Amino acid sequence: MNNSETLRSFRTATWLGWQIESNWTDPFLFAVYSIIKPLAGAAILVVMYSVITKGNFDTPIFPYLYFGNAFYIYVGAIMTGVSWAVIDDREHYKTLKYMYIAPIHIPAYWLGRGVARFLTGSFSVIITIAFGVIFLHVPLDLATVNWPLFILSLILGVAMLCMMGLILASITLLVAHHFFLIGEAVAGALYLFSGAIFPLDVLPAWIRPVGFVMPITYWLELMRRSMVSSVSQAFPTLQRFSDLQLAGILVGLTVVFAVIAYFLFRWCDFRAREEGLIDRVTNY
Amino acid sequence: MNNPAVEIHGVGRIYKIRGSKNEKKTRKELVALQDVNLEVRQGELFGLLGPNGAGKTTLIKILTTLLAPTSGWARVAGFDVAKEPGKVRPRINMVSGGESSGYGLLTVRENLWMFSQFYGMPSKESYERIDALLGLVGLEDRMHTKSSDLSTGLRQKMNIVRGFMTDPNVLFLDEPTLGLDVGASRDVRRLIRGWLEQDKTRTLLLTTHYMAEADELCDRVAIINQGRVLACDTPSALKQRIQHDALFEITVASMNGLATSALENLPGVRKVTRREDGGFAALEFELVEEAALSGVINQLTSADVKVVKFDKHEPTLEDVFVELVGRSIDEVEEAEPDAKE
Repeated sequence: MNNSETLRSFRTATWLGWQIESNWTDPFLFAVYSIIKPLAGAAILVVMYSVITKGNFDTPIFPYLYFGNAFYIYVGAIMTGVSWAVIDDREHYKTLKYMYIAPIHIPAYWLGRGVARFLTGSFSVIITIAFGVIFLHVPLDLATVNWPLFILSLILGVAMLCMMGLILASITLLVAHHFFLIGEAVAGALYLFSGAIFPLDVLPAWIRPVGFVMPITYWLELMRRSMVSSVSQAFPTLQRFSDLQLAGILVGLTVVFAVIAYFLFRWCDFRAREEGLIDRVTNY
Repeated sequence: MNNPAVEIHGVGRIYKIRGSKNEKKTRKELVALQDVNLEVRQGELFGLLGPNGAGKTTLIKILTTLLAPTSGWARVAGFDVAKEPGKVRPRINMVSGGESSGYGLLTVRENLWMFSQFYGMPSKESYERIDALLGLVGLEDRMHTKSSDLSTGLRQKMNIVRGFMTDPNVLFLDEPTLGLDVGASRDVRRLIRGWLEQDKTRTLLLTTHYMAEADELCDRVAIINQGRVLACDTPSALKQRIQHDALFEITVASMNGLATSALENLPGVRKVTRREDGGFAALEFELVEEAALSGVINQLTSADVKVVKFDKHEPTLEDVFVELVGRSIDEVEEAEPDAKE
C-alpha cells in the first residue's frame, strides 16, 4: 500500500465529505437532523422508561440506557457515513467511476468521506448527553470521568465502526440504490443486540450470542464505564471483565472485523469489476 | 521502437442479463465484444468508430480498469488492466461525454482541484493548469460557479478539463463531443489536437459515432460493429479501400457545343454524366486514374469551355462503414436500439 496515496485519498475525501455534509442551505433542517432528531430519540426512551418504572430515575438502568443510546448515535453516523459514499458517488454525483480510475486508495477514500458524519455525530452525542445531564439529571460528574479510558474507548470504537462501515460499503458496491439505508438498517438491527438500551441478560438466551460477538457491545460498556463507572457494577452481563479485558476483546474483534473488511472489499471490488457494476446507475 | 500505449489481444466481453420478473431464473447472455485485437501506438490519436451499442464504451471500460474482460487480455501503458489496475490508473484518465457528473455543490475550480489532489498534484501547479485549460475551453469566466448551475454542455467541458488536467500518458475520451454544440465541439477538438502536439508521447483513444470527427481528428480508426472490429487503418487508407475510381465533378458555364461523348472517348475516362445545375452544366467524371484528368481539362480548354467549379469526390468514412456493414450508422442504430454499449 502506498502511504502517500492512502493519506491523500483520506485527506481529500475528508474535505469533500465536509463540503457535502456542511452544505446546509437551510439551518432549520440542520437543527432537525443534528439536534432535534437525537433528542427526540432520547426523549422517547425516557418517556417509555418513566412509564415502565413509574418515574424511578434513581436506578442504574436509567444512565445505562441513556448513555448507551447517546453513544449509539456514532454507530449509525459512522457506518452510514462510510457506506453512503458509494451510493452517493455512483448514483447521485455519477463520479464513482472517476474515483475508481484515479490513483486513490478506495477504502481510505470511503473512510475520509465518513469523517464529516463522525463530526456531526459527535455534535449530536454531546447535545444529547448535555440535555440529559441538565434536564433529566443523568448522573455525570466531569471530575470523576475516567478520561484516559474514555479517549481510548472512543478511538477504539471509531476504528471498529470504521471497519464495519467498510464492510457495508463493500457490500454496497454490489447492490442497487434502494439499499441506500443499509447503514441505518444494520445500525437499527444491532441496536437490540448490542446492549445499547438494556443489558444482554434481558434478551432470550438463544439470541445473546449475537450480542457477545458484536464489538459494539464491549465498546458501549467501556464508554459507560468511563463516564459513570458505577453503572457497570449493577448488571452481571459484562461485570466479570475488567476495563483492560474489555479493551482487549474490543481490539481483538476490531482486528477480526478489519480482516473481514479487507477480504470482503477485495472480493466485492473483484465482483463489481467482473459484473460491470461500478458505473451503473440504478436510481432511475 | 516505443512500446504500444494500448495492446488489446483477443478481448471479449459477455454480459449476463437477468430476465424479467416472470423469468427470474433465466439469464440471457449479451455479447458486447468478440475477439478484439488492436494496438494503439504511443503518440497516436486513435479512434473507435461505430454506432451506439457497437461495444466502444465496453472496450473503454475494460481499458480503464472499470470492467473485467470475459476473455483475452489488454495492456495500457505496459500494464495488464485486469491484473495490475493499480499501475494502470496513475497513467490514465477518462472522460465520458453526454453525462453531467460532478459535485454540484462545488465550484468548477473546486471540482477540478479536488480531482487533481487525488492524482497527487501540488495545489499551485493544479490551479495553474486548471486556469489555463478552462481558458482553452472558454470556461474561465465560470470557474467560480457552482457546477450545479452549469448547463449540461458546460459541465461536459468541465469534465473534459478534468481529463486533460492530470496530464495522463493515455487519455480515453468516450464520445467527448456528444451533446455539445458546434462551437463547443470545435473547442474540444482544438484542445485535443493542441494537447497531443505538446508532447509526442501522449496517446489519446477516443470513441465516436461522428464520422467527420473521426476523419478530421484521428491518425487511425478502428471501425467496430456488434462487438467486432471490422477494419483498422488510417482514415485515408480506409477510404481508399472502397475508392476504385477517381471521381470528379466539373461545373461549366456552357458546353459550347462540346458533346459529352467526346469527353467519354478520352483515354482513361470511364464514364461522364451530365446534369443541369442552376443554369450551369455539372459533369461527373469517373476516371480510371487521376492522370486522365489532364486530358479532360485540355479538351475543355480547347473547346473554350469556361470552368465554374471543380470538385474531387472522395468517399467518406460513412461510405466505408456502409461498405463494411451493409447499412449506415443511423440505420444500424435504428435497427438495434437496445444493444449494450
